[in-house]
Amino acid sequence: MSETHILLDPTSELSPIERPRRARPASLDGMRVGLLDISKRRGDVFLDRLEERLIERGLTVRRYRKPRFSILAPTELKQQIRKECDLVIEALAD
Amino acid sequence: MASRLVAVVKRDCPTCNLVVPVLRQLAGAQPLTIYTQDDPSFPDGVAPADDTSLEQSYRLEIEIVPTLIRFEHDRETARTFGWDRREWERVSGVSSLGPALPDQRPGCGSKTEEPGIAERLAIRFGGVTFQSREIPLDDEVDLIETCYERGWTDGLPVVPPTRERVLAMLNGTTRAPQDVVGTIPPDYADCTVEKAAINAVLAGCKPEYFPVVIAAIEAALVPDFGLHGVLCTTNFIGPVVMVNGPIARAIGMNARVNALGQGNRANATIGRALQLVVRNVGGGRPGEIDRATLGNPGKYTFCFAEDEDGSNWESYAVEKGFSKDASTVTLFVGDGVAPIVDEISRTPESLARTYAACLRAAHHPKKVIDVAAFLVVTPEHARVFDQAGWTKQRLKSELEQLLQIPVSELVRGANGIDAGILPHEAANPTGTIPKFRTGSLNIVRAGGGAGKFSAYISGLGSITINPVTREVRA
Repeated sequence: MSETHILLDPTSELSPIERPRRARPASLDGMRVGLLDISKRRGDVFLDRLEERLIERGLTVRRYRKPRFSILAPTELKQQIRKECDLVIEALAD
Repeated sequence: MASRLVAVVKRDCPTCNLVVPVLRQLAGAQPLTIYTQDDPSFPDGVAPADDTSLEQSYRLEIEIVPTLIRFEHDRETARTFGWDRREWERVSGVSSLGPALPDQRPGCGSKTEEPGIAERLAIRFGGVTFQSREIPLDDEVDLIETCYERGWTDGLPVVPPTRERVLAMLNGTTRAPQDVVGTIPPDYADCTVEKAAINAVLAGCKPEYFPVVIAAIEAALVPDFGLHGVLCTTNFIGPVVMVNGPIARAIGMNARVNALGQGNRANATIGRALQLVVRNVGGGRPGEIDRATLGNPGKYTFCFAEDEDGSNWESYAVEKGFSKDASTVTLFVGDGVAPIVDEISRTPESLARTYAACLRAAHHPKKVIDVAAFLVVTPEHARVFDQAGWTKQRLKSELEQLLQIPVSELVRGANGIDAGILPHEAANPTGTIPKFRTGSLNIVRAGGGAGKFSAYISGLGSITINPVTREVRA
């Protein structure tokens, strides 16, 4: 009957209706950073430069790669990144 | 148009098919609008109006098809349903209707009466509104996954709270949606009847359970229960819901075989609804305000009915002064089900000693402070007491005697265990201390089938955390 679903909010409505983005970390100190290459051309150029800058700041950096940019990251890859990193940066370039 | 007729029909109704010749007769005689609920081409040859949206059927409050209504100056003056020649002639003012037809035939249910339709129509055409925020979502999204993403679940899937389901839930109570049941810690946000209904939908409740859910929320908010403490403690406890009285039977709660286990919708969802209210309205989430070290699986849901029919003892609610005919919800705190296995005792004296020995170990054999328990006696054990003529009170006072623990066994270091009470905590170092302070050991009846087992549900029994009983109201 309805083209769009409507759900009623079960909460005390203290948070906004749009789910807020996760808060950015206050600092990168001590963080294990993952760089995820989504296999979009020249994304690696951007990530190479980021890696240099992060290593200059004394951070641990690990590199990861998705097989193709048009698919969701495979579950194993997501689980590996979750285990090995505190935050991940993806690069979208063309 | 001073006078006109309206008929409502559906193809899927043999009586509607039967009256097609009559409708043709009437259409030739006077202004007639025929609304058809299922097939816009039915009935053939009388130019029916499409009412597959059921808007007209809803506005005309059609319950049976066919229905024939007369309007004079847009005011309804006569109505009949099903087929009854005299009635149709009276309403239409036309004589000799359907001469080839039998005198009468009952009609069929209107499509507006089909399950789930009434709520949809009320929302679409009846101007029903909600106070709670509406969250619009694209057609493609998976609603159950959305509920997870928004943090509304206890880890198990929930029923997506659509407006139709919430409206159906609200119809389970006479209370107004905007009534405030209370403010829920830790956020102390108002829990309206509507918010309770949304969470009861999430939990999977039927509307007929809803009055029990409301009573459970009310009980949780009585200061004696100490909900904030129950929520934020590192202890194992969560709320346990016990239902007494006719409503337990009316909504099909389980008090017998596997009463404390899985498999009964009312037991499972009422307990869960309370926990979801705490989570979603109160903001009491594990790892945040809920600091339980281990918790217990009853924190998903822990709800059962006391077995009153199968018991010779007065129920817990009657003990607390409620009438046997009252429906009540009792809330107490529990940390799980501890089994008592005694397949040998056939005398009440021996069985009471078994109970005392097991209850003695609740929390720690040397723990005599802040410990409470509900002893749940099953049929095969109850028979031993019944045959010997022991009332519940008799068993209670026997247990009180047996659970007077010598201070010498409780002090720190006794039995090679460092834990224990300090000497100054005992008024009389050579005396005894009761395992349970007055009123904190209760006895109820549940369970069924074979098994010479009982159980106790222990929990915190500090002076700020107490069982609370509330009457269930429609």
